[in-house]
Amino acid sequence: MTRAMWHAIRWTAPGAVVLALATDVASQTHELPAPQQGGVVVGLCDGETALEVPGVTAEQMTGEQAKRVADRLMAEWRRKNPDANWQDAVAQGRPPNVPQDTGAPGAVQAPKVVEGEAGAPVVRPPVQQGTYSNYTKRDELIWAEETKKFVVEGDAVFHDAKKLGSTIAMSCDMCHPNAANTHPETYPKYQVQLQRVALLRDMVNWCLENPLKAPAMADDDPRLRAIEAYIMAQRKGVPMEYGKH
Amino acid sequence: MKSVETKYMEAREGLLRSLHNMDRRTFFKVSAAAAGAALAKGLLPPHTFQLVRVAQAAPARAPFSFAYISDSHLYEKKVNERFIRAILRAIDDVNALDPQPDFVLFGGDLAQLGQAAELELGAQLLKEVKAPVRMMVGEHDWFLDMGEKWRALFGPDFYSFDHKGVHFVVVNSINEKDFWTARKMTPMERMNTVAGLDNPIQSRFEVGEAGRAWLKADLAKVSHDTPLVVFSHSPLYKYYENWNFWTADADEVQALLKPFDHVTVIHGHTHQLLTHRIDNIHFHGMLSTAWPWPYAPEGLPPLTVQMNRADPFSQHDGCGDGRVVVHPEGVVDKIYSLWERNPVTVKHTYLASGGQKDRPAATTLPTY
Ligand code: HEC
Repeated sequence: MTRAMWHAIRWTAPGAVVLALATDVASQTHELPAPQQGGVVVGLCDGETALEVPGVTAEQMTGEQAKRVADRLMAEWRRKNPDANWQDAVAQGRPPNVPQDTGAPGAVQAPKVVEGEAGAPVVRPPVQQGTYSNYTKRDELIWAEETKKFVVEGDAVFHDAKKLGSTIAMSCDMCHPNAANTHPETYPKYQVQLQRVALLRDMVNWCLENPLKAPAMADDDPRLRAIEAYIMAQRKGVPMEYGKH
Repeated sequence: MKSVETKYMEAREGLLRSLHNMDRRTFFKVSAAAAGAALAKGLLPPHTFQLVRVAQAAPARAPFSFAYISDSHLYEKKVNERFIRAILRAIDDVNALDPQPDFVLFGGDLAQLGQAAELELGAQLLKEVKAPVRMMVGEHDWFLDMGEKWRALFGPDFYSFDHKGVHFVVVNSINEKDFWTARKMTPMERMNTVAGLDNPIQSRFEVGEAGRAWLKADLAKVSHDTPLVVFSHSPLYKYYENWNFWTADADEVQALLKPFDHVTVIHGHTHQLLTHRIDNIHFHGMLSTAWPWPYAPEGLPPLTVQMNRADPFSQHDGCGDGRVVVHPEGVVDKIYSLWERNPVTVKHTYLASGGQKDRPAATTLPTY
């Protein structure tokens, strides 16, 4: 099973349900019937429900198919358990390594009782399921810090003739203090002198090869990525306006 | 060798130029008188037009011009020849001026990193200039050894001189308060810090207390109706602090210039067309031979007509040199001789009229 498929099943199947493929014997607790149509039998962890996806092997199953299996299994489970408290099941269904939500926007469902810091119950509105509701302010801080580090690295490269590979001791800041006049928001745009539509990195490479007499950088060169990060960061808040001259 | 014809045509050209401001009758009067005088002294062969030029220079206060070259940012030849080629182009330009300028101002930042070898190279190249050269210091010349080498080569960083009724003053406006001792920086680290325009660790430029005292004493000897032309590397006003397009004690310096009828400040450092007026003081920037700088994101003086953005595909675009024409009443026209573009003239009448008259040609692609 591919990673993408695994995620598809985990994230599209409602939380209380853990799916297991019939061919994955290691974690098997549920005796599944043998496939009747040469496909894959998927079992629900209620230990009863199972169905077959005909005509595929586990390796061939697409995310699309996986989602359909999940939906059908859940429909079957709900038919069998009309009184189950589905809301709670959603909340429990979070992957264990994701921190509790601290009140991200979009939380709308019935109140949920959790342990407060002092052990007292705290009522928090439950939130919708989904990747973007599962990160916290703390995550955001960490990510912002990581992004800033990247920009600071770009700042250092932009200002350093050696790191840039200039053979004539020049650096970008000599002509672009604070990355002025680099205009990342105007890319892609037709660059008359190149006679084609250019991306920001094409102009970075132009300025590397010409004023700096440095070799151009490959697309995945960490320095080029960092330079782009720095240049973009200097224009925060400027509207994107591709094609502008 | 120039042919007889070429020499004749050049002399004729020069004559026509020098006649620009003279009507026909004055011309004949001047020319006859001058011819007589010159012949009597046996100075010039009577068949050359130069005769008349000599005559025209005779009145005490005719307009005169000087040229400038600025911000060449030279590295040693083995490191980088690009900027050497550029200053040579400027030297060719000023040497080709006809009539020749009375002198050539070098506007500072001769060197890139204050190295003795860079300054010596610059001194050697500037020897090629035919007209007398007046030197001004920039921060790139200064912060490795605090001006020691520069002063040894070129003399004091503050000085003044009188020329054709105009008082000229050269100031060192790129002093900075000590940011290096506490940080235990080496001279090279100090130099590299100042060389980074957007490096916020450094202090802001200033003429400084000692410099202002010198200026005050120098100006005390000058009557207020004497035209005053001041040369500074940084603009003697506050344009954009983050890039030191700025002189921190500009207000105090301006106060010293205020009593004079006509004051012009010509500055380097900003590498762009830049025009400003504060009351009696007219300010003009100089072009760099090395590279153009973007306009700052804020603080642009309202009278400035920007230059078109530079073409990154052409080394010399947005760079150049220029001239200043000083009129008898003490006002100046500033000519930006942009390489690969039409020259731009900013006339004194444009500034005097607050931008109403003689507006320079507009830009089509301003900075944004
Ligand atoms: C010698 C001066 C000089 C140096 C050094 C230099 N550039 Fe440029 N660059 C220019 C000029 C001039 C322009 C044109 C600016 C304009 O359009 O106003 C330009 C344009 C650009 C542009 C396109 C701007 C636009 O409006 O589309 C980018 C991007 C750029 N430079 C990035 C860099 C980077 C990155 C470096 C360092 C690797 C660098 N430059 C070094 C002079 C320089």
